Amino acid sequence: MKITVRLFATLREGRGKELNLETLEHTTPRDLMTRLSIPESEVAILLVNGRDGRADGILEEGDRVSLFPPVGGG
Amino acid sequence: MLARYERNLSALSEKEVDYLATKTVAVVGCGGLGGYLIEYLGRLGIGSILAADGDRFEVSNLNRQLLCDTSNLGENKAEAAKKRMATVNPAVRFTALPIRIDAANGKELLNGADLIMDAVDGIAARFALEETAEALGIPLIHGAVAGWYGQVTTVYPGDRTMETVYRRENSATERNRGIEAQLGNLSFGPAFVAALQTAEAIKVLLCRGERLGRRLLVADLLENDFETIDLRRSNASGKEVNE
Repeated sequence: MKITVRLFATLREGRGKELNLETLEHTTPRDLMTRLSIPESEVAILLVNGRDGRADGILEEGDRVSLFPPVGGG
Repeated sequence: MLARYERNLSALSEKEVDYLATKTVAVVGCGGLGGYLIEYLGRLGIGSILAADGDRFEVSNLNRQLLCDTSNLGENKAEAAKKRMATVNPAVRFTALPIRIDAANGKELLNGADLIMDAVDGIAARFALEETAEALGIPLIHGAVAGWYGQVTTVYPGDRTMETVYRRENSATERNRGIEAQLGNLSFGPAFVAALQTAEAIKVLLCRGERLGRRLLVADLLENDFETIDLRRSNASGKEVNE
């Protein structure tokens, strides 16, 4: 199935802003992070279709996953 | 209304200007974000500012911290903020707290504030601030910066937005710093985010305009990407939940 992954800030480095991936059924955001070599600890915000999502949620055809690293300076 | 606030009109009404002069805002952290927040809030005419920071200025602060200059290196940041505001707007009642605010002392030290501005420099401190704001029953205006990036949201009591923004259940690393640890911070990042936080604070106090409750404004100043993302929970399958 087709999944779109949008990356933000430093997660774009060497990967790009938006990736259209062909995946197996029952793929989760965690699987995508593994595939893109993004350690889960580097992801602060995980959205599925623009809403707060879970790393182990099962994705469906056409879903959009957005990943943001933590921004913590003041 | 004081003559010095004349140019606040009519973006703000005279009544609103007078109302802001009755309000107390706590600014926690007087470094990058905090320096600008205090400047913006003070010039707008907030009645009272409580400014807290346990740190002193050092050379590496000079690239971005408004209150830091070559004459006050070594000075406590909250004390320096008080001196600055005395010259900018002596009408502001200013309390400098040269102390690090945490979950244990926050409720007592920030009691009486109508709103808290997040200008701290770590993730753990932001959870403590959210807890403090919730205990006091007041909103928290969150802001954070790293390099070209910044984010802002408004946390109302009970929202617990920091759990979504920093995914605490995921931080097996117990990480306290974000990507600013690698990227550093530039002069305009804190100024930009502090401006958004101030606008948000004024709107929250005046109940005007669009506000960022459970929504996070993320800015990428390198790519000119500005987005407001919805932080409401989805269900387990990741599908949208209508609330």
